[in-house]
Amino acid sequence: MSVLTVDGVWKNYHGHHVLRGIDLEVDTHEVVCLIGASGSGKSTLLRCVNLLETVDDGAILLDGKEITDPGVDVDDVRKRMGIVFQAFNLFPHMSVLDNITLAPRQVHKVARGEAEEQARELLGRFGLAEKAGAYPDQLSGGQQQRVAIIRALAMQPRLMLLDEVTSALDPALVTEVLGIIRELKQSGMTMILTTHEMGFCRDIADTVCFLDGGVLLERGTPEQIFSDPQHPRTRDFLRSVIEAGRL
Amino acid sequence: MIARSSGSGSAGRGPRRSASVATVSTIVFLVLLVWGVTNSPGWASVKETFFNWDEFVGALPDVLSGFLLNVKIFLIAEPLILIVGLLVALARGLKAPIFFPLRALATAYTDIFRGVPTILVIYLIGFGLPALQLQGVPSDLATLGIIALTLSYGAYVAEVIRSGIDSVHPSQVAAARSLGLSHGKTMRFVVLPQALRRVVPPLLNDFVSLQKDTALVATIGPLEALRQAQIHAASSFNYTPYLVAALLFILLTIPLARFTDYLAARSQRRRGQ
Repeated sequence: MSVLTVDGVWKNYHGHHVLRGIDLEVDTHEVVCLIGASGSGKSTLLRCVNLLETVDDGAILLDGKEITDPGVDVDDVRKRMGIVFQAFNLFPHMSVLDNITLAPRQVHKVARGEAEEQARELLGRFGLAEKAGAYPDQLSGGQQQRVAIIRALAMQPRLMLLDEVTSALDPALVTEVLGIIRELKQSGMTMILTTHEMGFCRDIADTVCFLDGGVLLERGTPEQIFSDPQHPRTRDFLRSVIEAGRL
Repeated sequence: MIARSSGSGSAGRGPRRSASVATVSTIVFLVLLVWGVTNSPGWASVKETFFNWDEFVGALPDVLSGFLLNVKIFLIAEPLILIVGLLVALARGLKAPIFFPLRALATAYTDIFRGVPTILVIYLIGFGLPALQLQGVPSDLATLGIIALTLSYGAYVAEVIRSGIDSVHPSQVAAARSLGLSHGKTMRFVVLPQALRRVVPPLLNDFVSLQKDTALVATIGPLEALRQAQIHAASSFNYTPYLVAALLFILLTIPLARFTDYLAARSQRRRGQ
């Protein structure tokens, strides 16, 4: 059954078409990887799915219900999906524990003790148990991004959106973040991610989608896309990625 | 916590040596200043009119009792100003079209009350409000003064708080909203705590200014420090009572000014670490 349906979505910025009729289906437990050059619309698509941007045309459905309808309660939609940003966006004035428990306590009305217990369990699972009391500026980039992922997970989302989560990290810190995402896949989490890490993408994705100029040009299994790309633009993109040494 | 090493003033030279240099240069500066003023041609008459010890002692009790009213005005006005400033700043941040009237009202308020001199606001509220003869309008002059100061300073404080809110990066709002927090909860738990921390030094600066502007309330008549000093000065044709009032204001504002400096220096250290 499909968790998310993107149906002919268009998005303009100042007369410039960033998304041109995107169609996408994401099934339960499926990991969809969006690839493409900067400006191809990958991040905008994720922001539209999270309703951080409004769509100009088309519809997005979560669990079969349209969420792009103007009458929909956006807060209710957002608490069912987690998004993780390139720049972590942790709350700098809160400890790691408070960063993670804020939304469960304020949105799901979980009691403080219960929320903290759940947060400590997640921190322990991802090797950050001793960082519960630390503040974001005392953590490395990799640790901050892992906390940001845990913060989204604590809301027990149906769907996780990961937007270039390793792009701001030192190469040495990328592995620890990718490790978490692998573990999420094993636990059956449905995910859409954008990434420049093609090796990782090939490894983790069930479906790879290539975006170019706001159009979803090609989609398929990692084998199809990386070994036998059909569209010339996809081939160009993958060739430049290989030249840059990222595959 | 990360261990912080505290800087030791000037590098190379010891702190004791720079302290003694500072002391000597201060003494030299003060001696020159006093010598310059006391050797001016009109010093004898200035000394008699402004620095008369008997007048000083005579006026002190009345001016001091008036000064307590200044302190009272300040202490009541300050929290009211914070509330007004916060509400107006939040109203100006409401983006939804339905809140347009509220946003327009808040904008008009800050435009008007930052533009009109405080002393005019005090006149208008002090004399105009009671003249309306509405039920429930206070007639106490100090209360009217508090209302006027709150309206005037509320506009400044609203702008300071708004600048703090604007200084919080939009990605913080995106992160909070994407977790399902409402606009109100995002403001309360994520934006305001960061914004208010950043604007504490400029806010305290406004409050130092407010402490002395309580004297403007004298123009509508309540017996505060400046008014008491005026009464004394008018009966003796000696200006020393004003000096008494000035000294009291300085004694009140200096601690807050130093506290402001301390906070500013602390936030500078934090940024620099």
